[in-house]
Amino acid sequence: MMKKKYFINANILDPHNSIDEVGGLIVGETGLIEAVGKKVNTNNIPAREKVIDLKGKHIFPGLVDMRVFVGEPGYEYKENFRTLSNAALSGGVTSAVTMPNTDPIIDNVSIVDFLKRRGRDKSKINIFPTASLTKGSEGTNMTEFGLLQSKGIIGFTDGTKTIQNTRVMARIMNSASDLDSLIMQHAEDFELSKDGMINEGIIATKLGLQGIPEMAELIIIERDLTLLNYIKCRYHISQISSGKSVDLIRDKKENLKFSCGVSINNLSLNENDIGDFKTFLKLSPPLRTEEDRVNLVQGLKDETIDVIVSDHKPEDEEQKRLTFAQAATGATGIETLLSLSLELYHNESLKLNTIIKALTSNPAKILKIDKGNLNVGNDADFCIVDVNKPWIVKQENLISKSKNTSIENKKLQGKVTNTFVKGEELFKL
Amino acid sequence: MATKTKAVKISQKHLLGIQDLSVSDVNLILDEASTFIDLNKSKNKKLDILKGKTQINLFFEPSTRTQSSFELAGKRLGADVMSMNITNSAIKKGETLIDTAMTLNAMHPDIIVIRHQDSGACNLLSQKVNCAVLNAGDGKREHPTQALLDALTIINRKKKIQGLKIAICGDILHSRVARSNIYLLNMLGAEVNIVAPTNLMPKDIEKFGVNVFSDMKKGVKDCDIVMMLRLQNERMTSSFLSSNREYYEYYGLTPDKLSYAKKDCIIMHPGPMNRGIEIDTKLADDTNMSVVKEQVELGVAIRMACLKIFCE
Repeated sequence: MMKKKYFINANILDPHNSIDEVGGLIVGETGLIEAVGKKVNTNNIPAREKVIDLKGKHIFPGLVDMRVFVGEPGYEYKENFRTLSNAALSGGVTSAVTMPNTDPIIDNVSIVDFLKRRGRDKSKINIFPTASLTKGSEGTNMTEFGLLQSKGIIGFTDGTKTIQNTRVMARIMNSASDLDSLIMQHAEDFELSKDGMINEGIIATKLGLQGIPEMAELIIIERDLTLLNYIKCRYHISQISSGKSVDLIRDKKENLKFSCGVSINNLSLNENDIGDFKTFLKLSPPLRTEEDRVNLVQGLKDETIDVIVSDHKPEDEEQKRLTFAQAATGATGIETLLSLSLELYHNESLKLNTIIKALTSNPAKILKIDKGNLNVGNDADFCIVDVNKPWIVKQENLISKSKNTSIENKKLQGKVTNTFVKGEELFKL
Repeated sequence: MATKTKAVKISQKHLLGIQDLSVSDVNLILDEASTFIDLNKSKNKKLDILKGKTQINLFFEPSTRTQSSFELAGKRLGADVMSMNITNSAIKKGETLIDTAMTLNAMHPDIIVIRHQDSGACNLLSQKVNCAVLNAGDGKREHPTQALLDALTIINRKKKIQGLKIAICGDILHSRVARSNIYLLNMLGAEVNIVAPTNLMPKDIEKFGVNVFSDMKKGVKDCDIVMMLRLQNERMTSSFLSSNREYYEYYGLTPDKLSYAKKDCIIMHPGPMNRGIEIDTKLADDTNMSVVKEQVELGVAIRMACLKIFCE
């Protein structure tokens, strides 16, 4: 049993319950939310109770990050559940969907037990593991969606890989339809993107790096949505990078039900940031043009894009201190996800509600989990945020075990000051 | 050159690409190289300008002419030249480029010449060593000394670059020579045409300020210079092109296609040539038009100039 906590004078934003008001939050002795909103104030809190006055700071539901790579099992030197959860907490993330691209790959029931146990014992946040769509993520034989789901797998994805074979994809969608499984596709035609490293265009030509055409993304989206026309299932595009994808998805959403995500990197950076071969900005999908970035922001604004993810991909320094061609792909980002997203609020690109919705209630809805909200009676997973606090991203201050941030030295505005999981304060600035 | 900006000092510590150079940097190198042309033809070719200096050639890709050219250039200036044989080195045993750089750096070289299959490898190396780094070709990015020797060859023949019309033809997509030449020739005031099948044309290349052609006859029309690029054999196997004979038919330099260029047009090729694929063998050997041998000869002078300037 913990002590009951009373927070007052907070800007409470909970898109799930359409709460956007100054008020308070009461966390009960068992770590559940007892009350929330403007009705929680000093007038109805017993005078003997100690209240915490947040003086206008924000309370958001704990973030739900739909795309996180953890090194466990196999790459513990990059990130383990303990370091991941500490990094997540410092960024206000209380629920993370982990990718199956580990060693071994999460593709069978026996390894799920290990994963759930490690996640439960070592992680302080809620871990929702995915399994691969196909055995070994090889794109040929599908995994046991039903059995894996019954063991607690939240959804299926080949992570960094895409199902290239259309027939296999159709069969996967049929099974997903039968079993109500969530399919998350990384959209990339590997023949078109072969040897590609950055966006195809002037920068790639100038740097002499093989480009990845936006066609590679569009073709898979077009194909999958054509299939979805015939085979209704829970289909989610993990992350898009091209402005043309936004147009295509906006168009298709008129008649089809599916969802779509975007990495905060693609929302905040563009190909120019690669500069003089910065390997920390070698990402998949690649950073594209400023026009693409602006279109992605627009996609969030008009709800064509549902979710913002960190695409947190820890890589140790050795994998990045190489030539661009040899360097590993990916950047960490779980601890800067919210702060970097807030940049879009401060520069008036997006409303705060749009951003928080894409980080909390929207992913929860797609995943069908009761997270990312401040429902009374639910686990008190939330964060307290000073949305104006300035800070500078420094590798040495990052908590994640790997330091490959895409935004080293970036000045950000807005920082999580406290994070609670099940009512317990697990992070304090 | 019509207008000349005189410089006495190079603006860069390293020679990584033409992109980083200013017009006065380029003129400094070209002027310096001119002084070595006659020396290279004389009986006693040895100078002691770089006496006591150490030059390391680090070639990760096989190269005959560039490596020997750099080696000769260093020796003629009196430097101690060491050429690393990569096939026997620790790199084959898994050492990273940065570790190799650290190791070499500890031996206090004055200049490192690097050729690497990855674009940007020379940039990475230059961040990790104390000495000057000369790029002898990195991936598909740049080959600055090739462009400089091409410019010197053109000046030698045409007495200028400003106002010339120059066609660069062939596998532009994979060519660092093309990229460096586009930067340099544009900088020196030439009009540059790029000729290639679309499959071998890099995306957005027109933004470099060049005219783009997929029809070779149109591309070489009224040109003063036709610069051919080497076509690598593996381009046939990966569906970039259908066959050698079709490529020769449409993009090989033949007397017929050359007739569209100016009468006094000269032909250039960075070598090694694929006779009968990108160039007609008789044209390749026509010493009135083909300046291929001159390019090799002046290459040594250019590399001597670069070694001297960047060693200082």
